[in-house]
Amino acid sequence: MRSAGIDVGSRTVKLAVVENGKAVISRKSENSFNPLEICGEMLDGIDYDVLTATGYGRHLLGDRLSCDIISEIKAFAIGARELLPSCRTIVDIGGQDIKAISLDENGRVIKFEMNDKCSAGTGRSLEIMAMALGSRLDDFDSLALTAEKTEKISSLCTVFAESEVISLVSRGAKREDVALGIHQAIVNRLMGMLRRINVREDVLFAGGVAYNKCIRDLLQKSSGADLHVPDDPQIIGALGCAIYGMKD
Amino acid sequence: MSEEYRQMWTDLGLDLEAHDALLEALGKGYQDIYLSQENRPQGMQYFDFVMSEVHGLRVKELIDAQKQGRKVIGSFCVFVPEELILAIDGISVGLCTGAEFGFAEAEKVLPRNTCALIKSAFGFGMTKVCPYMEASDMIVGENTCDGKKKSYEVFKDVVKDLYVMDIPQMKSDSGKELLRSEYLKFKEKLEQLSGRRITVDDLRKGIETVNAKRRAVHRISELRNADPVPISGMDALLINQVYFYDDPQRFTESVNKIADELEERIKEKKGVSAEKTPRILISGCPMAVPNWKLPWIIETNNAAIVGEESCVGERGTRFLTDSEGSTVDDLMDNIVDRYFNIDCAIFTPNQSRTEHILEMYDKYRADGVIHYSLQFCQPYQIESGPVESTLEDKGIPVMRIETDYSQEDAGQLRTRVEAFVERLKG
Repeated sequence: MRSAGIDVGSRTVKLAVVENGKAVISRKSENSFNPLEICGEMLDGIDYDVLTATGYGRHLLGDRLSCDIISEIKAFAIGARELLPSCRTIVDIGGQDIKAISLDENGRVIKFEMNDKCSAGTGRSLEIMAMALGSRLDDFDSLALTAEKTEKISSLCTVFAESEVISLVSRGAKREDVALGIHQAIVNRLMGMLRRINVREDVLFAGGVAYNKCIRDLLQKSSGADLHVPDDPQIIGALGCAIYGMKD
Repeated sequence: MSEEYRQMWTDLGLDLEAHDALLEALGKGYQDIYLSQENRPQGMQYFDFVMSEVHGLRVKELIDAQKQGRKVIGSFCVFVPEELILAIDGISVGLCTGAEFGFAEAEKVLPRNTCALIKSAFGFGMTKVCPYMEASDMIVGENTCDGKKKSYEVFKDVVKDLYVMDIPQMKSDSGKELLRSEYLKFKEKLEQLSGRRITVDDLRKGIETVNAKRRAVHRISELRNADPVPISGMDALLINQVYFYDDPQRFTESVNKIADELEERIKEKKGVSAEKTPRILISGCPMAVPNWKLPWIIETNNAAIVGEESCVGERGTRFLTDSEGSTVDDLMDNIVDRYFNIDCAIFTPNQSRTEHILEMYDKYRADGVIHYSLQFCQPYQIESGPVESTLEDKGIPVMRIETDYSQEDAGQLRTRVEAFVERLKG
C-alpha cells in the first residue's frame, strides 16, 4: 500500500509517500496564492492508495479531494516519532506558525502551544527582518554568526521589531549585531512556549527555520537540550500524514 | 423584519444605514452558524424566532411597555440584580456587546488594547445601532474589572442616564457590606425612577420570576450530561444569551418546553452528535450575542460542548435567590447572599471558580476544558494560569485560548481546536 501525505503550509507545500513503511518520495514546492493548483501539480503522476492532508490549506484540499485531514500537531507528532522514536518534544518554526509540542513516552500529544494570529517569531518574520537588513534569507544566519555582540531587540511583534531594526541601524549599530539580536528575539519567543510545555529530551527541531544554523545554536544554548534536526526538517508534517494513512 | 420597524428605529434615533448593515451581518451569521446545525431540538424554533426579531418585536414590546409606564433598565453584567428591576415592574435587558461593530468609533475614545466586550459596547452606543441601549430608561454600569470601571467614566457621555454601581473585589465581611449598601442604593434609585415603593410582595414576586427562569436553565444544563448530548453547545449558549433580554415568563416556558423535549430525546438516545463524541467544557469570559466564534469552531470539529462556566452560562445562573423572608430587608439580605457567591475573576482570591470548573467537569462528563479569555481581559487571562495548572494536576486536558471578536485568527483557532480534539480522542 502506498500512502501519501501532503502538508499545505503557508510558504511551502510538502509531499511524502510511504510504501511498506519506507518513505519513497518526498517533494517540496513553494506555495502560491493558488494552493490547490500547486497541490495538483505536486500530486500529478504520483501513485497512491490513500491521501492525508495537513497544514493551513488542509480543509481546502479536503473539500476537493477524497482525503483524510489531521491537524499539524498530530502530523508532526507522528512524523517526529517516525524519524526519532525517542522524541518527547517537538519545536517547529514554519512560515507562519510556531509550535511547541510535548509527547508522552508513547508518542501521544500531552500538551502543545502555538502562536495565535500574531506572526512574531515565525519564518515569515525572519524573512521580513532579513529584508530590512538587506540580507537574503539564506544568508541571514551566516550574517548573524559573524556578530561580535547582540543588539537587543525588545519587541517581538514583526511590525514593531522591523521599525526597531531600522532605528538601530540608523543609530549606527552593526548589521550583523542586529541580525544576531533578531535571531535571539525569535528564540526568546520560542523559549516562552517551551517553558509552558516543559522541555523533555529528545527534542526534534522541525520546519523551514530549522535550516537556520544561528537559531539552532541559540535554541540549543537557551533550552539546554540537544536538538535533533532531521535531514529534511520541512517534511515532518507530510511524513506524519503518510504514516497516519498507513494505519487502516 | 426591516420595513415594519423602520419608524420605531428612527424614533429611537438609530443610524438606519449602519443598523441595516448590522442586521444583515447578524442575519447571515445566524443562517450560516445556527441554521446549518443538524438534529436541533424542535423547541429551538422559538429561539430562531427570537433572534429573527431581536431588534424588532422585542424592542417593540419594550416600547409598548414604556407607554404603560414601565421602565426599561439596560445592563452589562450578572451583578445587576434582576429581582430588583422586576420588583418595580421594570424590564431588565442585557445590552449589545458581542460583535466587532463600530470599533473605529470606539477607538477614538478608548485605547486600542481595550477588551473587545468593552469596545463593542462603545461601538454599538457611539454608532447608534443598539435599540436596547437607546430604549433604556437607565443603563447600569458596574465596577467589575478595571477596563469597565474606567471606561464607564467615558461611557457616561455616550448614553443617557448611566448609573454606576460599585462591586467588591474580596469575599470578606466588608466586601459583603459594600455589596449590600450598593444594592440598597440601587433599590432606592429604581424606586425613585419608577415612583413606586418596593413591597415585600413585589420583591418576592421578582425573586420567584428570576428563580423560575434559572430553574428552567438548570434543567437544560443537567440534561446535557447525557451521551449523546441532546442539544448542541451552540444552542445552549443561545438560550443563555437570550436569557438576558427576553420576557422572563415566556422565556421560562420556552426553555421548559425544550427541557421536556430533551428528556424525550434522551429516552430515545437521540442526540445532536454521535455517542462518544469528545465532550468539552468551556470556561472563562462571557460570550454575548453574536459572539459564537469559538463554540462554532469547536462544534464543527466533531466535538460537543457540554457546559459553559461563564457569566453567559452557569456562573451567571447557577444560584437561586432564597424567597423566604417576611420583610423587604430579609429579602434584600437574600439577594445580597445570592449575588455575593458569584465567582467572577474580579474577586481575589477566587478559588471557588476553579472548584466549580472541576465540579462541572465531573457533572457533565467532560473530556477536556477549553479556557477562553478575551484579549486584554486581565482578570480571566491571569486566572487562566492557576486554573490550568490545577486541572492539569488532576490529569484533565486543558487548552487556553485568547481571542477577540475578529475572524482573523479563525484558521489558527481551528488548528488548535482540531489538535485538542484529536488529543481527547487519544
